[in-house]
Amino acid sequence: MKIHEYQAKDILKKYGVSVPRGEMVETRDAAEAAARKLFDTGATGVVVKGQIHAGGRGKGGGVKIAKSVQEAAELASKILGMTLVTHQTGPEGRVVRRLLIEETLPINKELYLGIVIDRAQARPVFMASAAGGMEIEQVAAANPAAILKEYIGPGMGLEAFQARKLAFALGLKAQQINQAVQFMTGLYKAFEETDSSLMEINPFVTCTDGRLFALDAKVNFDDNTIFRHPDLRDLRDVTEEDPLEVEASKYSLNYIKLDGNVGCMVNGAGLAMATMDIIKYAGGMPANFLDVGGGANAEQVTHAFEILLSDKNVKAVLINIFGGILRVDTLATGVVEAARKTHIQLPIVLRLEGTNVEAGREILKQSGLNFIVAETMKDAAEKVVAAARAA
Amino acid sequence: MSILVNKSTRVIVQGLTGREGTFHAKACAEYGTQIAGGVTPGKGGTTHEGWPIFNTVQEAVDRTTADTSVIFVPPPYAADAIMEAADAEIELIVCITEGIPTLDMVRTWEFLQNRRSRLIGPNCPGIISPGHCKIGIMPARIHKEGSVGIVSRSGTLTYEAVYQLTTWGIGQSTAIGIGGDPIIGTHFLDALELFNRDPQTEAVVMIGEIGGNAEEIAAEYVKTHMKKPVVGFIAGQTAPPGRRMGHAGAIISGGKGTAAEKIKAMEAAGIRVAKSPAEIGETVAAVMGVKV
Repeated sequence: MKIHEYQAKDILKKYGVSVPRGEMVETRDAAEAAARKLFDTGATGVVVKGQIHAGGRGKGGGVKIAKSVQEAAELASKILGMTLVTHQTGPEGRVVRRLLIEETLPINKELYLGIVIDRAQARPVFMASAAGGMEIEQVAAANPAAILKEYIGPGMGLEAFQARKLAFALGLKAQQINQAVQFMTGLYKAFEETDSSLMEINPFVTCTDGRLFALDAKVNFDDNTIFRHPDLRDLRDVTEEDPLEVEASKYSLNYIKLDGNVGCMVNGAGLAMATMDIIKYAGGMPANFLDVGGGANAEQVTHAFEILLSDKNVKAVLINIFGGILRVDTLATGVVEAARKTHIQLPIVLRLEGTNVEAGREILKQSGLNFIVAETMKDAAEKVVAAARAA
Repeated sequence: MSILVNKSTRVIVQGLTGREGTFHAKACAEYGTQIAGGVTPGKGGTTHEGWPIFNTVQEAVDRTTADTSVIFVPPPYAADAIMEAADAEIELIVCITEGIPTLDMVRTWEFLQNRRSRLIGPNCPGIISPGHCKIGIMPARIHKEGSVGIVSRSGTLTYEAVYQLTTWGIGQSTAIGIGGDPIIGTHFLDALELFNRDPQTEAVVMIGEIGGNAEEIAAEYVKTHMKKPVVGFIAGQTAPPGRRMGHAGAIISGGKGTAAEKIKAMEAAGIRVAKSPAEIGETVAAVMGVKV
């Protein structure tokens, strides 16, 4: 689960990670008031930052500096409501609904800090780099040695000596080291206690007066841990997500919208990806990824169906189910119910195998509905692509 | 022969009294797997579908001499269940549960170091040695005893591969689903080493997907050590970057973990990679010289 920069900074502040003074606002008037407050308390400038769940906001024109309250208000009204297009948003962009108004800082150097789970080591890794402001993937590709790494012992946290090693290697001054240790150990504590899957401070800045700040903050939570963080669940901003994906998530369905016209419903992530692949191989384009999961019931299947059909690009549907946990008869019952309820007119190609497959096929036959039955994945893909073309 | 499980494997089911635990324990027992009992804290001393239920794994091991455990415990408690099984010196722990918090698995993985247990999964279909032993949720009837080992990150895609092989008349020695999570107990590399040593296994099918670099690491092993032909497939050739495709571990991040990279590494290691998921069986048949 992704959250906004201002939400990430609110969390980090509680862990002793220093962030610039600032406030989230949703209107021009509130932006003006927030800017005035900052100028009145010593700020020499403010930065108006559009809040969307994507990087590259500055290059896209969503982050601007103001030298006066008036200018801040004008920038706020320009950025609020604008459709911000960055390399991470796709060509459709995202509408800016919230702004972060922050004081500007006398920046000396821009550095990078990040925490992710290293799969091969099966533990979190704390990364630091002197190449702040750049995307870490580019640094990793160009000069992997420029990324310093400290692995975190499970149940231990980032130890002070590890933070010192990183801080000295980043070239921080002796009098900044204690501050850096507090910053980094606080950052790791936040990572662990919020069950994050990623934290990035890019840039992590040093100021001409010696202070250290998280100028930007990116935090993703592990979706599997939301059950134990009811407070973090409230930070979800569904306006940042595709409406169909939001709808699917209500029923624990894994749905990702794509650009093609062949809708697919599959059980299991691997088979769902392979089904998308074979649709393309057969000359078509998948309209979505949809994994109904291992434990799907008839109701979920019905919802899955409705979600598939509400994508108007879909011209034909391929249902590819290999039953293990999900019994084929359960799936078939759901498909028949859904087909009746939605009065579906589109061609549906079904390919069913696995647990209780005979019972499942019988349910389809008894339904009297007009399904196209396929024997193999290749057969199914060819039939559905042909049906989508004919439609 | 087969790897890891056979007719003498004795299994306890953690979470036997739940709906999925019950359904699949019965299916495994019907297949011939020795199910010795179950563990559900608080229900010890009772029986469920004829099986004795114990409060702790240790008690279950002491009373049934089980050497293997299969876990159907809900995600908030599953990592703890794995550690409990390891603490009771269970040799093979098969964790079916999907949705375990990653940081729980970080602790669990550490706990398993220097202990004798091997973990398969989590978020996996389990393991089957056709004709001998089935521990997991895979549909039994598609399998056929034989000489091809299968290792896969996906559940249903493994069934697909097995089904194709069986349709070609090619049997399987053991099929292992290693799971779709970022942190798992048994990797491609571990499974390949076991298959390489297993006299029954003559060829191996390795089914990967986008995310991570476990396929690349395994390809390096194949290049230098593998004595048997390996056929591969990578799911997610059409997956968009930056999106998690169902499995917690299936994501292309920062341009890394793409299907194209993995296929390239595998082909460079001499692995025959099927381009279409419908061609896995056919590719194995070609490699093994099987004709229709």
